[in-house]
Amino acid sequence: MVLISVILLGLIGLIGALLLYIISKKFETTEDPRIGKVQEVLPGANCGGCGFPGCGGFANACVKADSLDGLFCPVGGAECMGKVAQILGKEIAATTPMIAVVRCNGSCSNRPHTNVYDGVKSCAIASSLYGGETGCSFGCLGYGDCEEACPFDAIHINPETMLPEVIEEKCTACGACVKACPKKIIELRAKGPKSRRIYVSCVNKDKGAVAKKACNVACIGCGKCQKACPFEAITIENNLAYIDYNKCRLCRKCVTECPTGAIHELNFPPRKEEKAVDVTVIEK
Amino acid sequence: MKLYTFKKGGIHPPENKITNNQPIKVAGLPNQVVLLLSQHIGAPAQPIVKKGDMVKAGTLIATANGMISAPVYSSVSGKVNRIDMQTDASGYKRQAIFIDVEGDEWEESIDRTPTLIRECDLSPEEILGKIEKAGIVGMGGAAFPTHIKLKPPKGFKAESLLINGAECEPYLTNDHRLMLEKGEELLSGAHILMKALGVKQSYIGIENNKRDAIEYLTKLTQNDSGIKVIPLKCKYPQGSEKHLIEAILHKRVKSGALPISVGAVVQNVSTVIAVYEAVQKNKPLFERVVTVTGKGLKEPANYLVRIGTPYQFLINLSGGTSEDTGKIISGGPMMGKAVADTSIPVTKGSSGILLLSEKEAKRNEVVECIRCAKCVEVCPMGLNPTQLMTLSEFNQWDKAEKEMITDCIECGSCSYTCPASRPLLDYIRLGKGTVLTNIRNRKS
Amino acid sequence: MADHILIISPSPHIHSRNRVDKLMYTVILALLPALITGAYFFGPRVLLLTFTAIVACLAFEYLIQRFILKQPTTITDGSALVTGLLLSLNLPAGLPLWIVIIGALVAIGIGKMSFGGLGKNIFNPAIVGRVFLLISFPAQMTTWPLPEHHILDIDATAGATILTAIKNSPNVSLDMMPLLIGERAGSIGETGAIALLIGVIILLIRKVITWHIPVSIVVSAFLTAALFHWMDPAHYIPPHFQILAGGLLLGAFFMATDYVTSPMTSRGMLIYGCGIGILTILIRSFGSYPEGISFAILIMNAFTPLINTYVQPKRFGGGKKK
Repeated sequence: MVLISVILLGLIGLIGALLLYIISKKFETTEDPRIGKVQEVLPGANCGGCGFPGCGGFANACVKADSLDGLFCPVGGAECMGKVAQILGKEIAATTPMIAVVRCNGSCSNRPHTNVYDGVKSCAIASSLYGGETGCSFGCLGYGDCEEACPFDAIHINPETMLPEVIEEKCTACGACVKACPKKIIELRAKGPKSRRIYVSCVNKDKGAVAKKACNVACIGCGKCQKACPFEAITIENNLAYIDYNKCRLCRKCVTECPTGAIHELNFPPRKEEKAVDVTVIEK
Repeated sequence: MKLYTFKKGGIHPPENKITNNQPIKVAGLPNQVVLLLSQHIGAPAQPIVKKGDMVKAGTLIATANGMISAPVYSSVSGKVNRIDMQTDASGYKRQAIFIDVEGDEWEESIDRTPTLIRECDLSPEEILGKIEKAGIVGMGGAAFPTHIKLKPPKGFKAESLLINGAECEPYLTNDHRLMLEKGEELLSGAHILMKALGVKQSYIGIENNKRDAIEYLTKLTQNDSGIKVIPLKCKYPQGSEKHLIEAILHKRVKSGALPISVGAVVQNVSTVIAVYEAVQKNKPLFERVVTVTGKGLKEPANYLVRIGTPYQFLINLSGGTSEDTGKIISGGPMMGKAVADTSIPVTKGSSGILLLSEKEAKRNEVVECIRCAKCVEVCPMGLNPTQLMTLSEFNQWDKAEKEMITDCIECGSCSYTCPASRPLLDYIRLGKGTVLTNIRNRKS
Repeated sequence: MADHILIISPSPHIHSRNRVDKLMYTVILALLPALITGAYFFGPRVLLLTFTAIVACLAFEYLIQRFILKQPTTITDGSALVTGLLLSLNLPAGLPLWIVIIGALVAIGIGKMSFGGLGKNIFNPAIVGRVFLLISFPAQMTTWPLPEHHILDIDATAGATILTAIKNSPNVSLDMMPLLIGERAGSIGETGAIALLIGVIILLIRKVITWHIPVSIVVSAFLTAALFHWMDPAHYIPPHFQILAGGLLLGAFFMATDYVTSPMTSRGMLIYGCGIGILTILIRSFGSYPEGISFAILIMNAFTPLINTYVQPKRFGGGKKK
């Protein structure tokens, strides 16, 4: 009796093992071992900032591609891409570090509300419905689609201004917020030396008077900055100035020139002639 | 009386047709009209006037631009003030022609006499040409150019004309009044359209809450075998093309197919009357009937309005906004759009202006879904709204596509009925838009 | 421009007056006839027991949401009230109160909150509570007090429900009247068929539920019972007694129709209802428990997600999934 059970169970075990072996042989897949290696040096955030579905997809693309041109992990940056190139024995071109920049300064105090939105707090839904709670139909809606999209916790809506703010140390320029923003306010710009950047913090394409009426700090397309810029870095299109970060040399002439304060400078040391600016404000 | 209706889903919100006994009043002329270049689905019209030009009512001021488009005619006589941006009901700024009103002179070609002309000896092509030239679009709200709808694509043949007098949206009564006051014109327009389409039969579908219109039109069509009045049960969204076809012809248009696939062409009552005026009276589309309504208004009414009249002008005619006006809606309460600013002008597709009080307008607090499946029960398209909402909320676009989110007609029955006040349609609309974009991107 | 700030929201701009709390209070209203019948026959202790169950359910929901889940409390939506009321209607009138409180804790804590609260639970909380008590305290849970009042001139058999009596010996005399009006041993709310019918009619008129689930349960249970009775009348009681005896009606009308744990489409509801009906009779006939509706509902609750996945609403125009 005992013997029969032992033999029976043994046989079942044997058949099972055999089946497993045959199946595993038959459906065996071989993966390029370099894919795993590349994936190891990638950050593993699976943010999709590279344009591929997760880090695995990116590693696969890197291994298969003939050159690494056009393949870049915004999170890991140049350092990480260097390691990838080393593993694969390929060359990489140098890239400038980028960062997300929010081009709207229409806080509650700068941009008065003209109506109340009573729907789902989602920028995508609100923007498909209408221009927004203020007179400016281009600016930030403030419902935080960018905040939700960010895989690195690097962008947050400031509850006071209802505008998103980028945490520079955390931002990896993966571009998730750029894609999430239905108003196309967020832009990836060169981080700049010592994180110093100058940009137009407005995307309003309305005529000057209309834009100004809707928002105190709107770009009115007056063209003063364009004239002031010694490097031809500023263009004006549809009543809106844009600073090309590749041409901008951070001289800051445009910042003082702007009559509405729409041009922002970041991470610069304080100016010496600040008092003079104050006087003009008082005179106004 | 046997009442027809569609089978699946549907709701019956309070009708609130407070203006159904108000005869159509002529609204008069504002100081300035604003004629949007994009009053229809398709490419915006191309302006052919410039600042300072003098125009008359009925003067062509912008031509159709491309295959799907419609021309725009001046609705008043006066001087072109400027061509500028104007916020429209979509909530965004669009190009528009601003005209300062001076007097009220009409183009001579327009027959302004009230005589009814029944006979029409034009060929179908000539009729279509006249409709296209007059800039007629679907006046029920979607504003799809009418002449395109009247030309069945290759391989399809129209078998019957359906005239949509369901007016299933609460509050709106403009089609109801037109059927009562312009019944003869409606029937004449129907015959013109039947000739243009080459069909022998047409049906006028009217919901049972407009008994007087059903009786009146039935009497008029007594000796007319070509037109049949079909009384419909009051059920929203009966005015949806697919559901009207099911109610009247008992045929279901397949998912993604056009009504013509079952041989049906659907036209709204206002559109049919506009066709009559264009073909028999040479009058391009520059006037329409708009219901201005709301419980807070002093004198809710149906107005015959020049297109381009600002909403504020009409609201003032009805007694103006009151302290507790919370929301102004362009269209009906189920599918209309809330507007932020009353300088918005009347367009070819504006059927009504509805004022809701703050209390009526505010949404209820959203609570957890209790899976009561009332949304599934009322969805006229047989979708699963709560599932689609969740898929949209979590960006599961591919799955939403498989669950046929693109079939949604955005009627809002799900959001209306949800006891947890969940924003079902908000998310489904977003998902539908995203999925449609994805499909387009895939094709190109 | 308008002289004041307007509200903007996506369409539709009007909403039905249906609200979750309103639906819940309608259910409570519909349960009142059964509660009153129970209180009449089993005495005022019924009210004390019901009160305890409701207060315990509300208290546990509040405490769990406040201190464990740290989310806003939702005790005003009426769902915990319904759970408490349903739980008490499923208990014998003589049950010690501390057992009632344990039942409430299990119903709310395990049946509802462990899944994340209203709308997310898989099993009907009241049944979870009842079944837990039935398994944990079998003696107390099957000690049925006799009706205190007598309308009918009958000799009530001591302390056993009809189903238990049949389980022990199939030759019990069967009489319809006590089953209809509720003068019989049983849990508080299950005995009076007429009271339950009044309740379900309220629910149907107010459109809180549709006919699909109750009707499919009753019909399928009737047919299954009829089949057994036809095969062996000596062993199996006639089908109309199966329907009226025990908690079948209470379960079919008020517990199986719970929104959260029942399928979403009408076809799904029919499948679910038939499953409950057949399972109930099978458990009653072949299981070791005399009553089977609670178990049948729990089993079909577990199948609800599966039914929801495979029984989708029919698309307009016959479109199929790609």
